[in-house]
Amino acid sequence: MFPAWMLETMDAILLQVLNGLDKGGAYALIALGLTLIFGTLGVVNFAHGALFMLGAFCAVTLKEILSWEMVTIDPTQKTAWGTPLEVRTPYIEAWLGDAGSFILDYSVPFSILFAIPIMLVIGIVMERGLIKHFYKRPHVEQILVTFGLAIVLQEIVKSVFGANPIPQPAPDMLSGSADIGAFFGLPANTVVYPYWRMVYLAFSGVVIAGVFAFLQFTTFGMVVRAGMADRETVGLLGIDIDRRFTIVFGLAAVVAGLAGVMYTPILSPDYHMGMDFLVLSFVVVVVGGMGSLGGAVAAGFLLGILQSFASMNEVKSIFPGIDQIIIYLIAVVILLVRPRGLMGRKGVMEG
Amino acid sequence: MIKRNISRRGLMKGAAVAGVGLAAPQFFIRGAYAYTNEPKGGSVILGFNVPQTGAYADEGADELRAYQLAVEHLNGEGDGGMLNTFSSKALKGSGVLGKKVEFVTGDTQTKSDAARASAKRMIEKDGAVMITGGSSSGVAIAVQGLCQEAGVIFMAGLTHSNDTTGKDKRANGFRHFFNTEMSGAALGPVLKNAYGTDRKAYHLTADYTWGWSQEGSIKKYTEQLGWETTAAVRTPLGAGDFSQYITPVLNSGADVLVLNHYGKDMVNSLTQAVQFGLRDKQVNGKDFAIIVPLYSRLMAQGAGENVKGILGSTNWHWSLQDEGSVAFVKSFGQKYGFPPSQAAHTCYCQALLYADAAERAGTFMPSEVGKALEGFTFDGLGNGPTEYRASDHQCFKDVLVVRGKENPTSNYDLLEVVEVTPRAQVEYPAEMLGGELGPYNNGA
Repeated sequence: MFPAWMLETMDAILLQVLNGLDKGGAYALIALGLTLIFGTLGVVNFAHGALFMLGAFCAVTLKEILSWEMVTIDPTQKTAWGTPLEVRTPYIEAWLGDAGSFILDYSVPFSILFAIPIMLVIGIVMERGLIKHFYKRPHVEQILVTFGLAIVLQEIVKSVFGANPIPQPAPDMLSGSADIGAFFGLPANTVVYPYWRMVYLAFSGVVIAGVFAFLQFTTFGMVVRAGMADRETVGLLGIDIDRRFTIVFGLAAVVAGLAGVMYTPILSPDYHMGMDFLVLSFVVVVVGGMGSLGGAVAAGFLLGILQSFASMNEVKSIFPGIDQIIIYLIAVVILLVRPRGLMGRKGVMEG
Repeated sequence: MIKRNISRRGLMKGAAVAGVGLAAPQFFIRGAYAYTNEPKGGSVILGFNVPQTGAYADEGADELRAYQLAVEHLNGEGDGGMLNTFSSKALKGSGVLGKKVEFVTGDTQTKSDAARASAKRMIEKDGAVMITGGSSSGVAIAVQGLCQEAGVIFMAGLTHSNDTTGKDKRANGFRHFFNTEMSGAALGPVLKNAYGTDRKAYHLTADYTWGWSQEGSIKKYTEQLGWETTAAVRTPLGAGDFSQYITPVLNSGADVLVLNHYGKDMVNSLTQAVQFGLRDKQVNGKDFAIIVPLYSRLMAQGAGENVKGILGSTNWHWSLQDEGSVAFVKSFGQKYGFPPSQAAHTCYCQALLYADAAERAGTFMPSEVGKALEGFTFDGLGNGPTEYRASDHQCFKDVLVVRGKENPTSNYDLLEVVEVTPRAQVEYPAEMLGGELGPYNNGA
């Protein structure tokens, strides 16, 4: 139906789009939380990457708890260095049998349930304990204090879990890859894509839709949106907007944390992963337009896809090294053409 | 982390030495310090410079364990490990030249600038007479240059780039580990047997000296077999998510993926390549193959299931059954509860080799220690008969080709030795890689 070269290019393009979408999913989730906090509280939160990292370590912690091992010594066998062989079985398997193995295998999805309350508490404590004292201060001071907080959180995680990445396997059933090409009518085995990355993409879509629905269709969301537009008037109407904003901060922490939990099978988490994503997420927020939720999501996916395309050999042979600077290049171009970003509103951070 | 006990007597001795030093005429002082950090007291300080954070932190942690073990054995504590099997019997377990061995440590952070800073600190502030360790060729070359300038011996740790003892070699630097040229020469025939002569290879390469060196060597030896190189793509060190570099492989027409990555990068890129179905793929009517030219058990552990059936080369593996390896695995395993990695092995050997050379030379002076190492042939350290070649300060020994085990019996039993390539087959003339050793620098 198509000539061979066209099929091949289509395969390659389809793959890079998919790849860009799930990268974009992670960028969009982090940027969404950043924008929520900036839009409601007016705080530039440099500790947001650390929240993403803490989410990932919720998954690590749950896995560690689940795999606490019962050590029995087998005196009949010896190790190569002459001590008796230790036989290790996780307690949960010893107690629950197959159900235990199932929970252990699906520890990453189960971590979502574990991470939601923890991230909510962390978010609320962070806001009440530290960030609320900086609302009236200039942005520069907010950046300093949140950046410092990020470093503190990072060092705590490093001292507890060590500096090395900790692998978190995806559930066995979802660790292979699917033949997407066949689904689109292409020859079999030309376009294959890992299941877990598709799960991640779907998951980020669900979370983004959830956040938007919450803000659009609930009274709580309506008040928050009103507060984003004009905080003082909402306060004058007798609504305790501060309390609601605290909850929004918690919500943003949960979104970042869940993005981190589900990302662990793709990238083994270490204490530094938050910082790696933070800079990119800020670029995403700026490109999308400060304070615009839709812009953050759109820019997240856009930059993910462009970054993915920039890594193709055909592109790299024309512009060597483009894969490493593409994001910043796009940011420069967009800010030159549209100084408020893609969907930025007038008056945000302008005075 | 200096372990130094100041006793009253030591203090008095020190004061006496200082008094004599002050009283002595100028030319006498020059004689008093014949070389940088000449140990004057009852102890000698070695500097262990290993990555404790960053992409190669796993290797660094294991290197440090090995050094601590080596120091114990040199001082006559523990069971002596490979000191008992080492062919040179100069060391008696009473320290080196009658001095107790002490050590200081630094964190290279897997970055050249941080590594130089920590080595500089250990030389200038802590008085280390020798620097050793590291798990990156970029770091090794940077620290080697620093040690040459400072006038101390550098015993390289895990560094696999040809350049360390090739174009960037220095008289004060010595390497026990093998290099990419040897990996290529050893892997060539094995790859031919396993995958034939008609293959198209796609390289993903860590973008620094080691990656380039390994890409070059593997290309050279596979193209000699008749393989084609479809593409060689450079990836930033510590990229994390390699998926954007792996997706183009799928439809490139290549049927072999060569991962010139190490440590955390290799764990991530291999895991992701397997997730994308590359290991089970069929291309050009052949089974798709993944090759990891430099393998280590630590990486195999990080990548888990994904290493099954994948070929590579390694400097040493704990399952070896020679006398030296067995002794080393026994004392390391009893102390730490798990077997040592190749990084631990090479660092332990380097510490012993340095101590032995100093003992035989009768001094810690870099030029004399260096001469004792040059052309030194030894056995019993786990690699069979080995020679420190005088012309480039590189060790020559057999190379192991290994494969990820299909049915591992434990968490550590992940690699099986496919072939031991004899030394003669991996040897090359020193001029081939260029570079100049230059003269020794004793500093002072």
